[in-house]
Amino acid sequence: MSTTATHAHDDHHDHAPKGIWRWLNSTNHKDIGTMYLWFSVLSALVGGGLSFLIRLELGEPGIQVFNVVGEMMGSEAKQFYNVTVTAHALLMVFFVVMPALIGGFGNWMVPMMIGAPDMAFPRMNNISFWLMPPALILLVLSAFMGKGAGTGWTLYPPLSGLAGQPDMSVDFAILSLHLAGASSILGATNFITTILNMRAPGMTMHKAPLFVWATLITAVLLLLAMPVLAGALTMLLFDRNFGTAFFDPAGGGDPILWQHLFWFFGHPEVYIMILPAFGIVSHIVSTFSRKPVFGYLGMAYAMASIGIVGFIVWAHHMYTVGMGVNYRAYFVAVTMAIAVPTGIKIFSWIATMWGGSISFKTPMVWSIGFIFLFTVGGVTGVVLANAGMDIVMHDTYYVVAHFHYVLSLGAIFAIFAAFYYWFDKMTGKVYPEWAGQLHFWTTFVGVNVLFFPQHFLGLAGMPRRYIDYPDIFAEWNMVSTWGAYITMASTVFFLIVTLFVMIGGRKSVANPWGDGATTLEWTVDSPAPFHTFEDTPDFTGGNPAAHPAE
Amino acid sequence: MSAQANHPYHMVNPSPWPAMGAFSALLLAIGAVFYFHDEAFFGLPGAYKVAPGLALVVLTMALWWRDVVKESVKEHVHSDKVSTGLRMGMVLFIASEVMFFAAFFWAFFHHSLGFSTATMQWPPEGIEVLDAWHLPFYNTVILLTSGVTVTRAHLYIEAGMNQKAAKWTWITAVLGVLFLGLQAFEYGHAAFGLSDGIYPSTFYLATGFHGFHVFVGTTFLIVCAMRAQKNQFSAEKHIGFQSAAWYWHFVDVVWLFLFVWVYWLLGTPVRTF
Repeated sequence: MSTTATHAHDDHHDHAPKGIWRWLNSTNHKDIGTMYLWFSVLSALVGGGLSFLIRLELGEPGIQVFNVVGEMMGSEAKQFYNVTVTAHALLMVFFVVMPALIGGFGNWMVPMMIGAPDMAFPRMNNISFWLMPPALILLVLSAFMGKGAGTGWTLYPPLSGLAGQPDMSVDFAILSLHLAGASSILGATNFITTILNMRAPGMTMHKAPLFVWATLITAVLLLLAMPVLAGALTMLLFDRNFGTAFFDPAGGGDPILWQHLFWFFGHPEVYIMILPAFGIVSHIVSTFSRKPVFGYLGMAYAMASIGIVGFIVWAHHMYTVGMGVNYRAYFVAVTMAIAVPTGIKIFSWIATMWGGSISFKTPMVWSIGFIFLFTVGGVTGVVLANAGMDIVMHDTYYVVAHFHYVLSLGAIFAIFAAFYYWFDKMTGKVYPEWAGQLHFWTTFVGVNVLFFPQHFLGLAGMPRRYIDYPDIFAEWNMVSTWGAYITMASTVFFLIVTLFVMIGGRKSVANPWGDGATTLEWTVDSPAPFHTFEDTPDFTGGNPAAHPAE
Repeated sequence: MSAQANHPYHMVNPSPWPAMGAFSALLLAIGAVFYFHDEAFFGLPGAYKVAPGLALVVLTMALWWRDVVKESVKEHVHSDKVSTGLRMGMVLFIASEVMFFAAFFWAFFHHSLGFSTATMQWPPEGIEVLDAWHLPFYNTVILLTSGVTVTRAHLYIEAGMNQKAAKWTWITAVLGVLFLGLQAFEYGHAAFGLSDGIYPSTFYLATGFHGFHVFVGTTFLIVCAMRAQKNQFSAEKHIGFQSAAWYWHFVDVVWLFLFVWVYWLLGTPVRTF
């Protein structure tokens, strides 16, 4: 057995199957990761396009975009606005962020980081991916069949019940989420088994890279939260089509039950979207500070405690349903407690940079952007955690601003950071530094102009999920829409540059980032060969990817 | 894959089943929605609209698992490491199933313990519940007995006695079928229908999904019994049987919860809130 990881790549293994069957029948974690990333880009184009429509509509008071768009789609303006909001949210959560972070970067990097030749169940890995296009097709059907599912991503009954939306649209949305959920559960099983069973000899969990930890905890959350959503969706499906009364008070049921079940899934879900981002940012901050992560074990267990506590805070999404004050006091307390491990992470990233030899390359600026903006979103989260405050701000644009700071500016920034960090490894090409920097700064300005004014709108009382608003809210909405223009221009620039680089970029090297990059994926060629680590690397004598101190 | 690979893992060959399974699921989903809303779908009547998708899903599962068995008994690619992985996968799958049932128990307790403002008493007015100590109790005895018989089969396999294991696995499967028969009889004689409000909703979906899992577990056991007859299990390695046994015990435990809470403790007498 080879003892050094640098021997792990042999080019004569690099014989990928050809044509469409390579992708349809794939059992290769890198190919499946690539499909997930392209799928995520496709969904992002649609989901991002929808959000741009929303901002165009809200740019000024009155109804000026959706009367035209709604008519084109054979629907009424306000209904189609609701459909757009619903589809935008579901696309971004289930079809952009999760496929990119877990399916895409998780598939690509986790096996390589632990020195494994592939995932534990390569064939099951492929159905995890291939369930996603059918789920996307069903979601598109949910928007266009009948009047379209205009329920919001939370699918609250009675709006999502027969009384609210009797036609087939909501049924398509439910089954879309069923397929996406099945995909997630299978993927979670795969990641947990891979990480627990296939780490290189000597790589104990306490030596595993933080992205591996992040993916493990994310997968546990998926495994335990997703089936609860599946159960709730099944009840909703039965309420709609077989006459049961789970959420129907007329039959003795209770719509609040849906909210409990949904948020018991929904709150872990938001950590599912952000924990992989935490892992990625840890790697990048360490690499570009040329220092190991500060407080490695604390970082790992902070993620674990965020994951565990994430299961017992769900009803902070439901402060306005009339819960007893004792319940509310409990949910305030545990929700605020999550700020502690999150703080550990923020301060550890800063401490990692402290005294480091920092180079502000593209992935690093995206990561620092992430830390800054995620902190802003986290702080507004602490505000909203208070039941008393939330009674006022519930369903206002303050909440919209909060979760876009942690997701759109948090998770998406981490996706871009990971994209630039691993671009060389995945494509073998060098991404031009100026383009990455320009993309970062324009996006940074754009999204802040877009989302920061929404705090003001929310505090002033503007409710979310409405197509129109009183004139008093006009100024900040106009500013917010300027932000959308900037962000959209930045994204178009990014897409064009990326296509050019992928076609004609300069060839990169195995490790473009230097001594700071100490995980195993940097010991194989760029692009990574079709099969890697057919000779298992050995960690018993220390990290074979670490660079000797100079 | 390369012959000189220096690792204990199974690099699975490319396979058409995942994509086929995924698109079969799409066909099943579209058929289901068209059935719910009574829209034309390949000229099929009523619930038959789900038939093409369902048939393809079942076919995919059969072909896929046939490959897994082949890889185990013919290609011998399930090393100790791979076996550990397969067992972990099964444990994790059962964990996700536990959470699926948690949703239905949540719905049940939410109403039966008075957390819902819409429920004044449990069982609700007008509901004539089934007597826990008749059919449900017999079914409890049947399932607990089947737990013993499947363990007996397990012990025979661990002693390398496949034929005796097959016999006891068949007995377990017969108990599973008997359970399902009694449950079908019970459903047929219940005084309430599925759409008679919240009690039947929670009752039929919780016990119904359990019954479906008994069906799946029984099928799994029958496959294992046939594999044991072909001497495919060894004393050291019998992941298929082990998974079926674990699954069977899981189904058993879910039933105990259903019996104790749904039929017995929160069945009679009526509690008001």
